Amino acid sequence: MAHLPRRTHSILLILSFQICFSTIFAVFGSVFFQEEFSEELLLKPLPDRKVLAHFHFETTAPPLSTSHGRHHHLFPKAIAQLVQKFHVKEMELSFTQGRWNYDRWGGFDPISSSNAKPPGVELWAVFDVPKDQVDASWKNLTHTLSGLFCASINFLESSTTYSTHEWGFHPSSGGLRYGTLPREAVCTENLTPWLKLLPCRDKAGLSALLDRPSIYRGFYHSQRLHLTSSEFHSSGVESGIVLEQALTVVLQPNSHKMSKTFSSETKLQPSWSLSSIFGRKVTGRCILAKTSNVYLQLERGLVTGLENLQKDNMITGPDHVGSGGLKDNPGFELSVRPDKMFKEVNSLHGKSSSILYEYSIERYSVFEPFDLGLTWKFPVVWSCPRAPLHSSRFLMGSGNQRGTIAISFTSTDLEEGFLSANIGEESCKLQADIFQVVPWYIKAYYHTLRVFVDGQPEAITNVVEKMHVSPSEDKESPGVMELVLKFPCAVKSAALTLEFDKGFLHIDEYPPDANQGFDIPSAVIIFPNFQTSMHYLEDNSSNKSPMLSKFQEKSPVLSYTEVLLVPLTTPDFSMPYNVITITCTVFALYFGSLLNVLRRRVGEEERILKNSASKKAGRLPQLLSRLSAKLRGKEWEPPQSPSTSSSFISSKLILKVFIVAGVAVFWQYYSE
Amino acid sequence: MGESESENEAPKVKLRPIVRLGMFLISHSHLLSVVCCTAGVLTLLLLPLLAKNTYISENALMPGSANPMLSSQEVSEANGLVKDLTSLDLKRMASGIESQRLIAQYMSNLGAEVSFQKFYPQSNQFHPLHFFSSPDSATIRENISCSSYGLNTVGIIRAPRGDGKEAIVLVTPYNSEKIGLGEALSLGIAYSVFSLLTRVTWLAKDIIWVVADSKYGEYAAVDAWLRDYYIPVFSGLGIQNAEMCHGLEENTIRERNMRDGFKRAGTMAAALVIKVADRSEQFEDSLSIYAEASNGQMPNLDLINIVNYLAVHRQGLRIKVEKMWSLLNCKWLKILGEILESLGHLAKNLNPQWKFGIPAADYVEGTATLTSSLYYQALGIPTGPHGAFRDYQVDAVTLEISSRVSSNNKGRQNDFLLRGGRLIEGVIRSVNNLLEKFHQSFFLYLLTSPTSLYAHANNLDPSFEKNESNHPASAADELGITLRSWKWLYAAKKVLVVHLWGAVVLLLPYFICQIPNCTPTTSFVVWVLLSIFSLLILFWILGSPFSYVYASQPQQREWALLKSVTISAAFIGLCLMSVINFATAEIGALLMVPMCLMAHPLKLDVKSRKLRNFSRVACNLALGFIGFPPTAFLVFKGVFEGFDGISVGDFWNWLESIWAWSSATYLYIGMIHLPCWILCIHVILHPC
Repeated sequence: MAHLPRRTHSILLILSFQICFSTIFAVFGSVFFQEEFSEELLLKPLPDRKVLAHFHFETTAPPLSTSHGRHHHLFPKAIAQLVQKFHVKEMELSFTQGRWNYDRWGGFDPISSSNAKPPGVELWAVFDVPKDQVDASWKNLTHTLSGLFCASINFLESSTTYSTHEWGFHPSSGGLRYGTLPREAVCTENLTPWLKLLPCRDKAGLSALLDRPSIYRGFYHSQRLHLTSSEFHSSGVESGIVLEQALTVVLQPNSHKMSKTFSSETKLQPSWSLSSIFGRKVTGRCILAKTSNVYLQLERGLVTGLENLQKDNMITGPDHVGSGGLKDNPGFELSVRPDKMFKEVNSLHGKSSSILYEYSIERYSVFEPFDLGLTWKFPVVWSCPRAPLHSSRFLMGSGNQRGTIAISFTSTDLEEGFLSANIGEESCKLQADIFQVVPWYIKAYYHTLRVFVDGQPEAITNVVEKMHVSPSEDKESPGVMELVLKFPCAVKSAALTLEFDKGFLHIDEYPPDANQGFDIPSAVIIFPNFQTSMHYLEDNSSNKSPMLSKFQEKSPVLSYTEVLLVPLTTPDFSMPYNVITITCTVFALYFGSLLNVLRRRVGEEERILKNSASKKAGRLPQLLSRLSAKLRGKEWEPPQSPSTSSSFISSKLILKVFIVAGVAVFWQYYSE
Repeated sequence: MGESESENEAPKVKLRPIVRLGMFLISHSHLLSVVCCTAGVLTLLLLPLLAKNTYISENALMPGSANPMLSSQEVSEANGLVKDLTSLDLKRMASGIESQRLIAQYMSNLGAEVSFQKFYPQSNQFHPLHFFSSPDSATIRENISCSSYGLNTVGIIRAPRGDGKEAIVLVTPYNSEKIGLGEALSLGIAYSVFSLLTRVTWLAKDIIWVVADSKYGEYAAVDAWLRDYYIPVFSGLGIQNAEMCHGLEENTIRERNMRDGFKRAGTMAAALVIKVADRSEQFEDSLSIYAEASNGQMPNLDLINIVNYLAVHRQGLRIKVEKMWSLLNCKWLKILGEILESLGHLAKNLNPQWKFGIPAADYVEGTATLTSSLYYQALGIPTGPHGAFRDYQVDAVTLEISSRVSSNNKGRQNDFLLRGGRLIEGVIRSVNNLLEKFHQSFFLYLLTSPTSLYAHANNLDPSFEKNESNHPASAADELGITLRSWKWLYAAKKVLVVHLWGAVVLLLPYFICQIPNCTPTTSFVVWVLLSIFSLLILFWILGSPFSYVYASQPQQREWALLKSVTISAAFIGLCLMSVINFATAEIGALLMVPMCLMAHPLKLDVKSRKLRNFSRVACNLALGFIGFPPTAFLVFKGVFEGFDGISVGDFWNWLESIWAWSSATYLYIGMIHLPCWILCIHVILHPC
């Protein structure tokens, strides 16, 4: 009993040691592997009087081996568990509403090629499991995500909705699954769980800007969740899990309707500020964030336009001497002076390069909120960089039997210098990869693939370099087509057509709104020869912003085509009712006649017939008997026997009934 | 004795009731067919009475549930466009391109995507091989000259948050060479709606505004655009050609982009064609709805209902549906209407719940509308550019708005634009609400007034009664001769030969068209002569077996066989036609069924010299006269439009229009009606 206190003491000692040790370890760990969070916002004026806002949140977790087991400091536990449970190597989930306008908002920059997504939900994931378990993992993952994000992602579980690929869409081989739900409606119920993954939620920091009504009023809204984990593969450096959350919105600044003068040159871009487009101001950073920056990006085209404007001004008024690029630019005015300015380096695309202004919001608070405003002084017209080919997909033909899917490419007239830089070799080819999934009820005939280049039919072998097709199986799997096309560089327009038959669904496979039609998910068009990367000259590389380093990554130009709506034949869903009615009628007739036959006694009937023939009376019965004789096909014989009393009474009765009815009618008629 | 006989025979003769009923009907086939025929005709006359009030069956449409957002601001902008267009027209120096450019400028200033679509006029030439399919676009471009092309201007608004799967189409046809005030106003209405829709937040479907260049006809322009939308040709033979003769200096890259790209937007949910009538109304602003597409196809009734509801209850426009105006002054129709009215009153007095009486004036009006509806459906020619949409299964109507006074008054014009624009806005908003395609309501119906219809579903009964009446008659005729002897086969052969001849007659106009400088009358005469000639040749070639039959079997029942086979053929033909175009079958049955049933050799009737026989002869002659398609056409035309200035050439013109639109009515006349008429005449003139 006496050594008990000693023991407790020693336990305490050990405990305190342990705590000490672990804190030391944690401190050491924090130097190398600490969970980090960063928040950034990129604002960009768009040529068609709109503003792009791109929120980028990145949370990283160190590998499991170096962290505290299952405990997380900043990283959302739900995501970490998901990664560990399903062995997700990489995953991307996007919820999108609206369409990205590739012509006006750009198709050749990192934002558009990684954040422009097809409408609805898109999910792809790479699993690090043996091949036979990939499908099971995918199904579990869809269910988990469905619960996590309040969306019907679980519909992707069925094998008719997701597909696998060999190559094309994503370079990873093996365990990749891809599925889309074009009809999924996206709203705040999906955004709230997404925001819950952030350490500050939407209570502080940049995410506090996300005022639901104003962001859902926009023209495009896409929330994206990208996950990479290197837990499970040994190659390379172990970087742990990187969770990248991006929200891209295109908003229309509230501009007073200007007097319409019908010449587009004199139209001034609408001025905006954070408070005018979001209805809120930034009241300080999220304290847990490592970096918390706001950027304002001016595109190459815009910079060129501003430079031209500056030149004009210099000619007219020499007192406006531009010094240090566009710091004192004449085109617009910023309400807050930027902390830093970056210029894009290594721009082989044009003469001028895009400009990035950085604002660090660490020094702003509730009392001094950050409200960046941009006021245009002179009208500027510019256009966005576009993908080498503008692609659009549409349906041809009418009727409920067959149709044709057509993908058409038109050249977007890239600057000559840009193309010639790529030409280099003699045989210049423009490569475009197409990845298309069609549901099974669209029975595509892949042998009918035809290619037209510049209005001339081409042999497929001339254009299609590589092709992988997995035809659809009824109610089993969708049809997948992956193509590598090589067009000549001088191509003006090209088109691909693929014929299909419309299939029939079983009655219980129709969705409740079957008469709306059925969706064909977007096709993905990739231009692997064209890389989007923006490299900004930064002063110190140690404090690198995650978003900018993301921009630096080389990724191929990627665009999505439109979702197509195919009207299929739909049954008349009130048909079961009709069928029931008709069946019942038939049954009634059948059973009626059957009973009639069964309970008929022929001898009895003849006797009754004889009796009735013997007593004939009245005019009406006479007529009836005449009619029945006709029906029987016999000569009618006048009755021999005189009328008996019973029939006389009956005719009298009928007469009485008639008289009463007549009186009633008469009375009714004249009483009104 | 009688008793004993019945005792002996009753067990044997006792047949099943159904069989007995059948035999009874057969033995009274004459009475039955007369009853059925009159019942059919009577039901047709009663249709205005039986018509039901329409209702909007798709709940999602919710017409008029939102306040119109179109304000005077859009209207004043639209007024600017109207003024610019009319001043362009006044200047006269401007070619067609100028007006398109102006419209495109206006559209792109609203932020819409604009593109031009060039098309070449398509000659309405009858080609027998392309009757059912539209001619190959490659063959169209045989001889195009640079100057002769139309240019459609297409503006598209993308729904801000929509997924772009569906689109609503607005069409305003206008003649780019000479813009009338009505056309300018219709453009103004469409523009005001368009400019509103660029700003609204509720848009779920894209909006396509097609400004169709009606230089070569409204239908042709819309059809050309739709063909490019649905069946584009990638292997462009015409592209180089078109490039060579641009004739237009391309100012900016933007304009070239407009010209190159054919812009699209999803599956079309509905289309509205907006027109403003140049004539002005006396009393109030009114709206005419045209809905008939090719072969009597109608748009979903819900679409007409929304337009009707919004026009009457929201904008206070008077709705007009096409009527046979001459029927309004018909004496006998008025009397019939009065009789029906008094009958209705009587019935109402007996039982207040029996409400089938309508005022006589309403009855006459309903009948006039019904007749016109029936006629235009039967004709199978679309009554406006909306017909082009129906070929691609898109519901479409043409709305023709006419104003009260000629709109020189500025305030009046603004009001007119505002009302028209609000109507279109409401319709678009309703269609925009719709998640699924139109599928709830009727699509087979006859309109008796804008607010009531007669659905074919119920309407099938009377005509089938009429058709049914054929069967007993034919069966009765066949009963006399035993079916087992294959004698009817010869009659069937003859009927077949005559129908073949009908097909030949159908093809003849193609060759007659090749004759240059032909007036309609001469071509008609040539056609008739050629038809008779071909009939004679056919009989000469194939007729020999018949002559053999005549010689070997001098039977007087031959005509009865022929009549029964004719009736069967007519029955099959009418049944087929009622599937394709119900109205044609209905009118055809009115003419053909009595004729086929009454046919009886004249010789027999004349021989027997009874009053009944003479009346039959008279009936036969009258029916034979009215049954011949040209005379039927001319008689009806004379009755409705007056007899002065009628020539046989009119029939040729009428027929030409029918085949140019490749209407099934043309086939019906040639393949069913004409052969049956010939056979009936053959029966009437049979040498017994």
